[in-house]
Amino acid sequence: MDFFAGSLISGLQLGSIYALIAIGYSIVYGILRLINFAHGDLLMVATYGAWILIARGLSLPFAVIGSVLITVAFGLVIERAAYRPLRDAGEEATLITSLAVSIFLQNLFLMVFTPKNRAFALPGFFSEKLVLGGAGSITITNMSIVIFVVTGGLIAAVSLIIKKTRLGIAMRACAENSTAAKLMGVNLNAVVVFAFVVGSALAAVAGVLYSGQYVSFNPSMGFMIGIKAFAAAVIGGIGSFAGAAAGGVLLGVLEILFACYLPEGAGVYQTAFVFLVLIVVLLFKPNGLFGAAEGRRS
Amino acid sequence: MAKALFANPLFKFLAVVAAPVAALLYIYIGVAEYYQIVVVMFMINVILTASLNITNGFAGIFSMGQAGFMGIGAYAGSLLTMTAELKFSRIPGIPAWLAEAHLPFIPALVAAGLAGAAVAVVFGFPVLRAKGHYLAVMTLGMIIIIKAVLDNNAHLTNGAKGISGMERFSTLPMVFAVMIVSLFVLHRMTKSAFGRSMAAIRSDADAAASLGINATKYRMTAFVVSAFFGAVGGSLWAHLQQTIAPSLFYFKESFSILEMSVLGGMGTLSGAFPGAAIVTFLPQFLANAENGFRVFGFTVPALNGLSNIVMSVIFILVIIRWRGGVMRSSEYIVDAMFGRDTWAGLLRKETYVDFWNILREGLFKNNNPHRLEEKSKQEEKDHEKENR
Amino acid sequence: MLCNWKAMCVNRENILALRGLTMKYKSVVAVDNLSFAVEKGSICGLIGTNGAGKSTVVNMISGSSKPTSGEIIFKGARLDKLSPDRIAGLGVARTFQNLRIFGKLSALDNVRIAAQARHSYNFAQMALGTPHYRSQERAITESAQRILHRMGIGHYAEAEAGSLPYGHQRRLEIARCLALEPELLLLDEPAAGMNPNESVSLARDIRRVREETGTTILLIEHDMSVVMSLCEYIYVMDFGILIGEGDPDTIRRDPEVIRAYLGAEREYA
Repeated sequence: MDFFAGSLISGLQLGSIYALIAIGYSIVYGILRLINFAHGDLLMVATYGAWILIARGLSLPFAVIGSVLITVAFGLVIERAAYRPLRDAGEEATLITSLAVSIFLQNLFLMVFTPKNRAFALPGFFSEKLVLGGAGSITITNMSIVIFVVTGGLIAAVSLIIKKTRLGIAMRACAENSTAAKLMGVNLNAVVVFAFVVGSALAAVAGVLYSGQYVSFNPSMGFMIGIKAFAAAVIGGIGSFAGAAAGGVLLGVLEILFACYLPEGAGVYQTAFVFLVLIVVLLFKPNGLFGAAEGRRS
Repeated sequence: MAKALFANPLFKFLAVVAAPVAALLYIYIGVAEYYQIVVVMFMINVILTASLNITNGFAGIFSMGQAGFMGIGAYAGSLLTMTAELKFSRIPGIPAWLAEAHLPFIPALVAAGLAGAAVAVVFGFPVLRAKGHYLAVMTLGMIIIIKAVLDNNAHLTNGAKGISGMERFSTLPMVFAVMIVSLFVLHRMTKSAFGRSMAAIRSDADAAASLGINATKYRMTAFVVSAFFGAVGGSLWAHLQQTIAPSLFYFKESFSILEMSVLGGMGTLSGAFPGAAIVTFLPQFLANAENGFRVFGFTVPALNGLSNIVMSVIFILVIIRWRGGVMRSSEYIVDAMFGRDTWAGLLRKETYVDFWNILREGLFKNNNPHRLEEKSKQEEKDHEKENR
Repeated sequence: MLCNWKAMCVNRENILALRGLTMKYKSVVAVDNLSFAVEKGSICGLIGTNGAGKSTVVNMISGSSKPTSGEIIFKGARLDKLSPDRIAGLGVARTFQNLRIFGKLSALDNVRIAAQARHSYNFAQMALGTPHYRSQERAITESAQRILHRMGIGHYAEAEAGSLPYGHQRRLEIARCLALEPELLLLDEPAAGMNPNESVSLARDIRRVREETGTTILLIEHDMSVVMSLCEYIYVMDFGILIGEGDPDTIRRDPEVIRAYLGAEREYA
């Protein structure tokens, strides 16, 4: 199989997952100017949730739905308990708090589930390979196809929601100018809750997909993935829906290509590489590749 | 009465200088080594926290990367104090120039600080162009990059396995001295033109620019100074624990320092004391609980990570409820330690007289009108002295 | 067409000259090919309706905004390419239309921050506490206190700047500028929000500043009593261009100016 094509597909896979998470970051940031560091950990919550439900005998689709519900519940509790009291507190406070929530979640799950690495075993169907094309054929697992289909579908769905539904429009209004939006009768709390629901659900799906693809999971996995997805959102232009998605995909592709193509030993710099990209992009485009200049009037 | 007491120079001296020094002396001479180590850890944490407060509190640069500078200082300091034979044996493949490099502890400490400062200059250029959240994430990226470099240059650092065997130079008196000197310099910095400029930039960067203040220069200065003392703290840490590894200077440590900073009060140097105290000593108490205990007939199993959970909950509560931390914006402790008011006050007779009077008030609670008159005269005098 | 080059041709020294200054934001032209000069040591006024572009001009002189084209020349040096802090270092100080003092700092600290530009020391000297550092710090504090007294707010030195009465806050902002020992002082609507008594008092203080220090002052104001009583030469802007200039009497009578700015057929004393 063509090495480049294989790497590309891997990159797109990872990138799609990043995109899902990045969109969640972006939605919340757009309205609240809050970087929810705990967002990545919701991924982890979803994974454990699905794992438990499957162990309890639930079939896969129900387990996934169940884990989404669990994750959304966590997300809403966090919003209500930790973020809402700080609604007008300013950048630093929310930043620190979201970090604290992240630490809390990680340690909670560490305590309950121990740091042990576990395996998320999906039914064999997912690892079956499909061969595309004739000569120079590309092999792709069903898992990859599922990832692409699901993320594509979700991104389209969320995009539709944001553009067409009342809540979606209200969300965008709040992102632009929450005071004016409130004056127009928008219920900010409802919008925030909605944003967290959407974001958490996306993170949950991302978590299940990630663990399905990469199998191994533990309580600390979420933070790092979340940080990378955040970097992706920033690179694409946080606050911009399309930017977040694009940034996610781009970062995933770059990360995998970097790992595959660079000489021996440099591969371990993979994570560091992500941040080098971030630093470089921000140097030249302080608002991300697609971001507009931030001017919040409130 | 409490106000008058806190303002009295003799009280300041006793509470902030004499009593702690006496306690430290006792601990140094009379107490088991394990507890001494915890106290030394506390003092190192004070240095680390104070250094973080310079960027996060004073300069308005929210950095989460202090552990990175700590790591640089730990490695630089250790590599300079270890003997050549030790280095050859512990770090296979180490180049000769690095093995031969050797300095006594204190110059090595300064060199470690300078190494941290140098790294800060390199990262400062890209990182400080960002603001707020973006900057914070860039500092996270900084830690990741530093760890990756430390992990992957085994011929210099022995990679992820780390290095051990450095001498325990971080004795109680030594660390105490370094802490005092560090706080002194930092205190001076906050009270001088540098401190004022940073307050101005934090308040209104454009207005500050219109007064000739180049924000970039000052932010870089804050970042570099913070890195210097962070690295010093790291080197002290290395020579206490006597073993270092790149994984020991990562997210967890950075959050720890951040916790200390926020809990104690980010905007002041004095906040380093309560903050470091809570984070250093509280887990010691919780450590017992972590191993499981019996209550009301239930056996609570070993709770791995309980102290972290408790800390993060406390953390969140503090942010929501007491944003300014323990000290809020009061620089009481450090001002009392180094302020002219305290030391000059010790030379004045009135200080002792006032102190005695205040004590008498408190101890004998006499509401005799004659006493009341004296008391209000006393309060007037103290009030006057405060305003001077 | 007004020949405003004549101010530059005359044999008096001009400390500030604007040549062909233009500021375009996308489709809006805020300032259009503006040229004028300010004589050294004078009190010069810049008036115009709201949106005429006056504040934009001040922002360009002080470096907060970069002009789309044109030149700003101060004592022979070009300002239009420099950063605000460099421009302040060259001797240009400004106040802000919306009052930007450091609210949480004391009044004294506000002025000290400016004063330290004139009495500096480096990091090593500070860390070691050398005599130089100590004497400079003393000089900074004394200088700041003196200036506060001169502006009549000396007894507020330790008060939090944001807690001062509005008029005093305005004076504080000016005091802060004075600590820079500027050669050119740009005052952007210093009398805004003041009652007539306060404006008169402020005008008196501004004049006194010029008498005592010889600083050139460019004053932007809406309050015509202040402008007419203080300014020796006035430039009038409307929609980004200069529509009139001259001494107060000339301006008062200029029909263009009256029509555009003062309201048709009315005279202001």
